[in-house]
Amino acid sequence: MDAILLQILNGLDKGSAYALIALGLTLIFGTLGVVNFAHGALFMIGAFCAVTLQKIFNLYSVVIDPTKTDFLGNPLKVKVPYVESWFGEVAGQAIINWSVPLAILFAIPIMVAVGYIMERGLIKHFYKRPHADQILVTFGLAIVLQEIIKAFYGANPIPTPAPDAFKGSFDFGAIIGFAENTIIYPYWRLIYFLFSAVVIGLVFAFLQFTTFGMVVRAGMADRETVGLLGINIDRRFTLMFGIAAAVAGLAGVMYTPINPPNYHMGMDFLVLSFVVVVVGGMGSLPGAVLAGFLLGILESFASMNEVKSLLPGIDQIIIYLVAMVVLLTRPRGLMGRAGVMEE
Amino acid sequence: MFGNLQKNDRLLMIFFIIMVLAGPIILAPFGAGYPDLLQRFAIFGIFAIGFNILFGLTGYLSFGHAAFLGVGSYSAVWMFKLLTMNVVPALLLSVAVAGVFALLIGYVSLRRSGIYFSILTLAFAQMSYNLAYSVLTPITNGETGLQLNLNDPRILDAADTSGSIPSTNFFGLAMNSTAKFDVLGMTLQFNVGFYFCALILIGAFYLALRIFRSPFGMMLRAIKTNQNRLNYTGLNTRPYTLAAFVISGMYAGLAGGLMAITDPLAGAERMQWTASGEVVLMTILGGAGTMMGPVLGAGFIKYFENIFSKINDNVLHAWFSLLPDGLENLLVGILHFFVGKGWHLTLGIVFMLVVIFLPGGLVDGATRIMKRIMNRGKSDSASAKSAAE
Amino acid sequence: MSYLEVRGVNKRFGGLQALDDVNLSVEAGTIHAIIGPNGAGKSTLLNCFVGKLIPDTGTVTFDGQSLLGLKPHEINQTGVSRVFQTPEIFSDLSVLENVMIPCLAKRDGAFKLNAITAMSGQTDIREKAEQMLLDVSMQDKMHMAASSLSRGDKRRLEMAMCLSQDPKLLLLDEPTAGMARADTNNTIDLLKEIQEKRKITKVVIEHDMHVVFSLAQKISVLAQGHVIVEDKPENIKGHPKVKEAYLGGAH
Ligand SMILES: Nc1ncnc2c1ncn2[C@@H]1O[C@H](COP(=O)(O)OP(=O)(O)OP(=O)(O)O)[C@@H](O)[C@H]1O
Ligand SMILES: [Mg+2]
Repeated sequence: MDAILLQILNGLDKGSAYALIALGLTLIFGTLGVVNFAHGALFMIGAFCAVTLQKIFNLYSVVIDPTKTDFLGNPLKVKVPYVESWFGEVAGQAIINWSVPLAILFAIPIMVAVGYIMERGLIKHFYKRPHADQILVTFGLAIVLQEIIKAFYGANPIPTPAPDAFKGSFDFGAIIGFAENTIIYPYWRLIYFLFSAVVIGLVFAFLQFTTFGMVVRAGMADRETVGLLGINIDRRFTLMFGIAAAVAGLAGVMYTPINPPNYHMGMDFLVLSFVVVVVGGMGSLPGAVLAGFLLGILESFASMNEVKSLLPGIDQIIIYLVAMVVLLTRPRGLMGRAGVMEE
Repeated sequence: MFGNLQKNDRLLMIFFIIMVLAGPIILAPFGAGYPDLLQRFAIFGIFAIGFNILFGLTGYLSFGHAAFLGVGSYSAVWMFKLLTMNVVPALLLSVAVAGVFALLIGYVSLRRSGIYFSILTLAFAQMSYNLAYSVLTPITNGETGLQLNLNDPRILDAADTSGSIPSTNFFGLAMNSTAKFDVLGMTLQFNVGFYFCALILIGAFYLALRIFRSPFGMMLRAIKTNQNRLNYTGLNTRPYTLAAFVISGMYAGLAGGLMAITDPLAGAERMQWTASGEVVLMTILGGAGTMMGPVLGAGFIKYFENIFSKINDNVLHAWFSLLPDGLENLLVGILHFFVGKGWHLTLGIVFMLVVIFLPGGLVDGATRIMKRIMNRGKSDSASAKSAAE
Repeated sequence: MSYLEVRGVNKRFGGLQALDDVNLSVEAGTIHAIIGPNGAGKSTLLNCFVGKLIPDTGTVTFDGQSLLGLKPHEINQTGVSRVFQTPEIFSDLSVLENVMIPCLAKRDGAFKLNAITAMSGQTDIREKAEQMLLDVSMQDKMHMAASSLSRGDKRRLEMAMCLSQDPKLLLLDEPTAGMARADTNNTIDLLKEIQEKRKITKVVIEHDMHVVFSLAQKISVLAQGHVIVEDKPENIKGHPKVKEAYLGGAH
């Protein structure tokens, strides 16, 4: 029992990332009818927002500390980050320490802007082109974005730690009544899951309870009719693109302490997120979220040693296997409508 | 020899043969006349020609063709290890195994069309890649890649006493032997391996041309424009697409086998989806659905990859050394991102530009320009005539 | 039993009863028209014949063989061709190629791996296709891309494609919609001519009463998925039920 729970918990963080990316992919596909291969790049850009903010906070000036001397007896030069000289040592240290959560605020405007520019500058021109063209051009864009990041940040993963307060693990099992030391869970993974749940909740609430969201949902169901009502759905859909970009970006920001970001993380997640979207059902938002968590958890079960010794290599391919079975037996996916994207 | 081709196609074929066979001479002035690069042109040309039979004709966009390439490479290397260094059995096995793989993967993937097909093929390729890296290590030798060893059995070959790994050969003709000539300050290199690949490229091109001009090819084009109509016209589209898929998979396997021939080593990264993406780029860039497009696209990408990745800041500084220092540094600073390791950035940008402005690829662009020039010529002479009257 | 026999066919789309216990008997060698207001279910009925839809209940028998459960291409190979309401052609191919494909399907069956023989060597196919285009007087447009044809020509091309297969049963869904008067008359003449020469059994859906009455030997009137009358043309004209269906029966 505790072993099962442990695997479920272990699957949650990846599942959350899949769910958030798949949610954005589905929003874009549902509203704009575009298959966006550059969505993984948005996730990556989000992660690098966190890296950038960390770098900015660590910008320093060199000052001479008259109270100390080096081994030659000269006054010691020390590097003092600007944030420390502006806000004082304690507050400055805290800011640096909390750079990942703070990057959320930093990333939202950037991601919305990136999404907006992407939609207005490129995607807009591809609404009427075949899906193959959309795939190709966004694939090209993904390469470009990832290479730009690589040019500026290098090819190696960049450690971006969580705040000290959330470092380490805690005994989750003991809290909920299992034997001690059976379920040890890192704090940050729990945070990541909760954060994702909040973001997903916000997106759904936004779609459910605002007029804007209502129009978008109606447009997803039947674009032409809504267009006929004289509502400018295009502008709303552009904003939707920005929101989807922000969701992917936030997923990336918060993922950095779990896995140090590198330039190809977007592509890695994109392939899987597409599979997630397909399993959930193209065009279904709840399907995307459900499938994201489901596949994340499934993947974590498949990587248990007991399972691996029974079926070697299963952890590497489980998601793809599930996708194939789903596509062949139930092409609309778990929660999708029939006939979407079936040309 | 090509009696059953139309006149234009016969000319195309002759042109193609001359270009390929004279490759070492034609490309020498461009610094691309050395065997290693020429072989890569030929091999990726074959890969792209095969991909084009599927994508260019039927419109089914596979994102998993690198899997067949990888399978072909592994098969060939195994043949070198177990049987003989002669390339013929290796290539036969590469093509056959890739064909079987394509049959299985195609049978499943082709039950869906559009984006679902793309994702299914992608899923299959990623699965093969992951497996090659993990559980299949006994067959693929995992991360290190499958290599030749001195103590491989090679049961058909005479015992080797030289103490070094023997070269791949075509009934005794070593693939890595090269004849060099110095002409006009350039070195012309005629390499057995290249000519072997070149002859196969010509054969592959010819076969593709025959397929394009056949009733089968016409059916594939019909599938691309209107699959429904084809069904209601009494044609079963599934076996047509499957046949196209298997043929293009076999082309990929052949290319993979040839890679192993020029460098007897096979690694899993050949199967990664970025590698599948590369052949898509080549085909689109050159012009999907055209005969010459994929070969041109492959050559274009491999050539510029070679050139661009060699340029570094020193080279750039040398280029702009005549400019004022500030301007020189600025230019070098900007171009720095697009050359050397930044080659993929350039490639991505070029690719986007092509998809946006030239969906028909380079070939289409060239024909459009030709037409415009021809039309201008015509209208010029027409206006000259009316002026004379 | 008649040539095409439809018994008790029902089809629901969610809450909509698109076909409601439809019966139809089409005699060999005749032209049978189906008329009815928009949304009556006429196209849906044809969809059930060619394997695009499977009826919820009922049977469709053609020439003694059940069509239900067969795939579209299998149905076509038994001799049923269809012209669609919106032209279904191969728009990227040339007009000639459009007609050669059905000729090949007729000659080679549902699949043949004809990958090495040259298209230019298929003289029999080519001649047959050219003759067909001559019959519909489109020979001068032979080498044009099908996408560049006018709407009327596209329809005519589709008809030529179907006719080139020598079908036993030809289904025509509004063959003259979108055509100018002159083109419509040409089409009527063409259909009459074929009728005299080859006696292909036809089911025609048509809104143009002029076309219907000058062609059909028998007419079925469909309204809200139900056949309300099936009779000879002269009896249909003044039929009260038909008037009601067209004027007041929209609900
Ligand atoms: N695939 C489908 N799914 C849902 N409803 C459908 C489908 N096909 C047709 N319908 C509905 O069934 C009804 C009958 O449609 P059908 O196309 O058969 O009418 P029709 O008689 O051919 O009309 P028209 O003269 O306009 O061509 C319509 O209300 C239509 O909206
Ligand atoms: Mg209709």
